[in-house]
Amino acid sequence: MRKSLLLTIAFLVSFAGMPSKSADLTLCWAAWDPANALVELSKDFEEQSGHNMSFEFVPWPNFADRMLNELNSGGKLCDLMIGDSQWIGGSAEAGHYVKLNDFFDAEGITMDDFIPATVKGYAEWPKGTPNFWALPAFGDVVGWTYRKDWFERPELQAEYKDKYGRDLDVPQTLAELKDIAEFFQGREIDGKTVYGAAIYTERGSEGITMGVTNALYNYGFEYGNPNSPYELEGFVNSDGAVKGLEYYKELYDCCTPPGSSDWYMSESIDAFRSGLVALQMNFAFIWPGVHADPNVGGDRSGYFPNPAGPGGHFAQLGGQGISVVSYSGEQEAALEYIKWFAQEEVQKKWWELGGYSALRAVVEDPGFVTSQPYAQTFLDSMAIVKDFWAEPAYASLLLAMQDRVHKYVIAGQGTAQEALDGLVEDWIEVFEDEGKL
Amino acid sequence: MKVSPLQKAAEATPQKLGRSIRGLSDRAIAWIFVTPTILLLLAINIFPLIWTIRLSFTNYRANRPNADIKFIGLRNYERILTDSDIWQTMQATAHFLFWTLLLQVVIGFALAWLINRKFKGNGLWTTIIVLPMMLSPAVVGNFWTFLYQPQIGLFNYLISFLTTIDPSSFTMIGEVNLAPWAIVIVDTWMWTPFVMLICLAGLRSIPDYIYEAAECDRASSWRQFWTITIPMVLPFLMLAVLFRGIENFKMFDLVVLLTGGGPGSTTELTSINLKREAFEKWRTGYASAYAVILFVTMFGLASIYVKALNKVKDR
Repeated sequence: MRKSLLLTIAFLVSFAGMPSKSADLTLCWAAWDPANALVELSKDFEEQSGHNMSFEFVPWPNFADRMLNELNSGGKLCDLMIGDSQWIGGSAEAGHYVKLNDFFDAEGITMDDFIPATVKGYAEWPKGTPNFWALPAFGDVVGWTYRKDWFERPELQAEYKDKYGRDLDVPQTLAELKDIAEFFQGREIDGKTVYGAAIYTERGSEGITMGVTNALYNYGFEYGNPNSPYELEGFVNSDGAVKGLEYYKELYDCCTPPGSSDWYMSESIDAFRSGLVALQMNFAFIWPGVHADPNVGGDRSGYFPNPAGPGGHFAQLGGQGISVVSYSGEQEAALEYIKWFAQEEVQKKWWELGGYSALRAVVEDPGFVTSQPYAQTFLDSMAIVKDFWAEPAYASLLLAMQDRVHKYVIAGQGTAQEALDGLVEDWIEVFEDEGKL
Repeated sequence: MKVSPLQKAAEATPQKLGRSIRGLSDRAIAWIFVTPTILLLLAINIFPLIWTIRLSFTNYRANRPNADIKFIGLRNYERILTDSDIWQTMQATAHFLFWTLLLQVVIGFALAWLINRKFKGNGLWTTIIVLPMMLSPAVVGNFWTFLYQPQIGLFNYLISFLTTIDPSSFTMIGEVNLAPWAIVIVDTWMWTPFVMLICLAGLRSIPDYIYEAAECDRASSWRQFWTITIPMVLPFLMLAVLFRGIENFKMFDLVVLLTGGGPGSTTELTSINLKREAFEKWRTGYASAYAVILFVTMFGLASIYVKALNKVKDR
């Protein structure tokens, strides 16, 4: 009798520890390789919590359009949103995301445990203040992939040394990168014509901006006066910035495959995997896929951070934080997911599955740098990141830059100085409309 | 006794309703039937139009539902009409409209003329020719993107075969001087069959006896073409131009898939530009003013054109 009573109590207690009801949670993100890894990872959450997870993944070129429409219309489709880093300002101010400070405090989650650049980039608004609207979910940064097997060919090494007076190796500067791209442009390798570099040139969403900033930052471009916000003149269109923009156009003109006038992530991946280019600019998320590729994977490819320029050493930040959508009817369960996701064990598994964890305990682990051939490059790149505007009006700022830069770099209209002067005018107009100037 | 449908309807009408409408005139009953449709039209056409006009005088942004909406008078209109980028998109649209209409009318009429000749396999050729217009613009946009590929595209190889130019030396959708023609070619390929079908209907509506009479009068084929065929097909041709003109003025999907509006903004047509302003930059007030300007332009042009069409038909 006593034994059965104990069993009954144990049974009831075990039920009391479980969530009151199982919820159907929908997580929204971009349709790309890491999303598949997250589906795999989330199976553990479903098992542990009893909640059902479903996913809404949208291809990158339509991701912002689709999801921002969803948020702006107060849609209830997404309970959890892994939104782009630049959305944080708008989503925080428009009330799309739930503020997470109290939740973090209650659950003992501290932002000190995450890579500082990801906290600033993905979670904070206003920047530099301890107001958190997301948990850093996926660290990402623009870096480079190169054909290591081509670089190691003795005949190419000898020819390169003759021509440029240095070894054919990972470039340390943007000027060296251009030399290497020029060297490979139009070359016959294994009976096939190959080209120098696949770079971002896409016009419709954010592509060319995510590419050109890697040159602009390193030649001295600033988003404004560091001491006086929104003072753009002389920073956005400084002499260094003009040289950076000219560099990107030269790189496009001299060293990219024909027909690459509207390329972003997927086109660059395809070009590299098909053996069309020696170098590829792309976000770090592609590296696990490149490493596993039967044609170019393993030792045939190498990885390096965006090279330095005369004005500094930076790389464009990518990546996203995970937020709870304020219109969700399942906020409790969504917060439960974030709590589960923030755990060290889960983050370790996230990295193993191909997701770039932003948790310091994972990336600072002594075994991390040797865990994958691109792990060190990821760490080096995350140490030099800079991000685009995260203002509520980021879309207008981004589209203005897309237009100005694409017109100069791809269409060859006007000069670099005119493009950046025009950009200053556009951005000032946006900030005036916003009431910030 | 045979009961007429009218009697049946009267018997089926509930007595209460019958009593209440007995005193109504035919006109009043007609209004009762038409009113729901009018209300529906007001709700889905007229109200949004009036609302758009109202928004066009404000700084409203749909992504800031809680922000203050300020009345800014004609500022949006002034900004649009003095914006050189907008005029550039207008030029791109005019280029696209002019060349697609011209090519589609000329080629469509020529094809209709050929198909109208009675020959073996006539039906099969008609089916083959109209195939492109049956495809989805999404499919057409994607496969022409492949056809235009410098490395693997058939189009470039065809040009190379005909001219000995290196196929990878030019990019139809990536070069400023070629991209506007790339979209014209694809739209012409897809929609010429539509113009052809309308012309064919026109050609087949001309009675044979008119040509027989002309032959009796010893009129040459050339003379018959200019004095019988063209005047009698002209209303059909003008109708085809009206349909294609309206469609191409709001062209979006095909061009977005082919060039995305680039390179630069070389192929950014007004509809693409408007979508970017409204749903990417979220300048709702500004985009409303832009839409009103486009609506007035299109409505004005279409009205003038329809008047001309009626005159031609009355002749």
